[in-house]
Amino acid sequence: MIKRVVDFFGDERHAKRRRRLFYLVLVLIIIADFLVFREHAEYLWERLPGWSALYGFGSCVLLIFVSKFLGHQCGLMRREDYYD
Amino acid sequence: MTDFVHPGLLFILGALPIPILKGSVRKAYVLLIPTLAILAVLTMHPGSYGAARFIGQEIIVAKVDKLSILFATVFSIMALIGMVYALHLTRAGQHVAAFVYVGSALGVVFAGDYLTLFLFWEGMTFASAYLVFAQRSDQALRAGFRYLMIHITGSIALLGGIILHGFATGSLLFGPIEGGLGLATCLILAGFLLNAAVPPLNAWLTDAYPEATVTGAVFMSAFTTKTAVYVLARAFPGTDLLVWLGIVMALYGVIYAVLENDCRRLLAYHIVSQVGYMVAGIGIGTEMAVNGAVSHAFAHILYKALLFMGAGAVIHVTGRRKLTELGGLYKTMPVTLALYMVGALAISAFPFFSGFVTKSMVVAAAGQDHRALVVLALTMASSGTFLHTGLKLPYYMFFGTDQGLEAREPPRNMLVAMGMAAVLCIAIGVFPQTLYGLLPHPVDFDPYTGVHITESLGVLMFTALGFVIFLRALDPENTISIDTDWFYRMGARRFMWLAEKPLARYEKAVSDVSETAALPFLHGMARAGLRIDLRGVDAFVNAIARAILRGGGALRRLQSGVVTHYALAMIAGVIAAIAVFAVAWR
Repeated sequence: MIKRVVDFFGDERHAKRRRRLFYLVLVLIIIADFLVFREHAEYLWERLPGWSALYGFGSCVLLIFVSKFLGHQCGLMRREDYYD
Repeated sequence: MTDFVHPGLLFILGALPIPILKGSVRKAYVLLIPTLAILAVLTMHPGSYGAARFIGQEIIVAKVDKLSILFATVFSIMALIGMVYALHLTRAGQHVAAFVYVGSALGVVFAGDYLTLFLFWEGMTFASAYLVFAQRSDQALRAGFRYLMIHITGSIALLGGIILHGFATGSLLFGPIEGGLGLATCLILAGFLLNAAVPPLNAWLTDAYPEATVTGAVFMSAFTTKTAVYVLARAFPGTDLLVWLGIVMALYGVIYAVLENDCRRLLAYHIVSQVGYMVAGIGIGTEMAVNGAVSHAFAHILYKALLFMGAGAVIHVTGRRKLTELGGLYKTMPVTLALYMVGALAISAFPFFSGFVTKSMVVAAAGQDHRALVVLALTMASSGTFLHTGLKLPYYMFFGTDQGLEAREPPRNMLVAMGMAAVLCIAIGVFPQTLYGLLPHPVDFDPYTGVHITESLGVLMFTALGFVIFLRALDPENTISIDTDWFYRMGARRFMWLAEKPLARYEKAVSDVSETAALPFLHGMARAGLRIDLRGVDAFVNAIARAILRGGGALRRLQSGVVTHYALAMIAGVIAAIAVFAVAWR
């Protein structure tokens, strides 16, 4: 069982189905976010359906590029023998 | 005392027979003690035990309340899981160190006064350092010494703070610290923050943990930072500074994790990030926030250990630790991958996994306390957490480019330990009420609302979308990252340079001066002294001696031995005396 699930995520032949499933999940999440009942919304963005998806994507991109910028341009990343 | 057995002492005293036990007896024994400890924790009642007086101060070896029971529960469970994971080890050293380490952590958790706390605090430092040294490589030895030196520095700050605090308040009992941030409070806080790995005092963790042994790192990931969270929750709830430090930590960890190539160092940066949630929760200080912080510590110990066990299993089997050298292991290690993913989903706070019911409590508490910035920053850190532990690390370790590594599943005891942790990660997520019942304050929080589920999934799955789109940008690079350990690593190097170059040169110059100028001068002085001694002093002394010798010879001649001479001399003497008497008396 475990092996089959793992293979589904690893094997190249499942790539197409995997991608379809992934996009389907994304769409379902957005739809669900429009449908859920928001009884208590403290902040403006909490009333905005799809906000969390946008924020998650934005955070991810921001983290990747800010980190890589710090690593490459600000010299945080060094050769492995830096301390030797 | 029959109603209370100190689980910490159970571990510390229980460590003594380990070296003399052999084979399966030892295996059974190292599992028996943690099991007894779990029973001891489950059956204990709140109260104070082991009160005594020492150097005029009140000492409470064990103060039991809900908060300490919560930490003791997860510590003893974790000890059992860790021992199962380490069961295949043949050397006793690591078992002993792990026992002392766990026992000391439990000692801190129950300590009712600062002296007891400090004693166990030090015990943790030294026992855990052994788990780094036991790796035996040159790199590990260096990292271990850096780890020790940093922790000893922190302990000295803590001890200084404790002494000042004791003088100021007249009591060494451990509890909430009132009043502003005086010197004593600052020193104690600094000691605690160092162990919690709060930047800029974080580098010891990411420096040493990846260098520890495969099994040792599992223990280390669980205890040091979480005891620090415990003492912070006990002493500094509601300290606003901690909220900001917590946010910085949460983001600091995920930013560095992007750059990291060593699999366990990446996970170590996520300890920093996750402890950030706890520190922030303690800083907010409301009942819900503290509940969130300590429940997150509970869940974190289990899923973080699971992640370290997964990465450790890969290192154990392949001998490689860099993401650039790993890949394609899903075919040979599917069970390890599946168990690792349970931990990854738990740390990322997917619904029905432990992080979902604990991390969200901290974020919700921040929202309730009207701290929008905290909510946004912590949510961003969640995205980063999933990005690295849930996507980047498993992708490059188990999928990615197939490096054609010869691999197999790790020894069965490792898989069993991972399975135990995985079951707990899911159990907490599915039945959060059991954990909520253990929390120090009553819980009024339901994580499973529709909006919370869709929002969490939205953040996480669209992070995954970002990962898929920018996958190439995330390719691990064969580098190391400069962290705050740069200051003391380079500082030590500068110091050595100072000692070897200018100081050594100065020393040589001084010795040159003494050889070319001072030494001949001293030689001359010595020769002159010798001359004076021989010609002056000695001649004088010799002359006196000769005079005495001559006087003695003359006197000897007076002693003739003839009675009439003596009689004559007596008569002459009497006459002289009478003459003197007659003249002088008149």
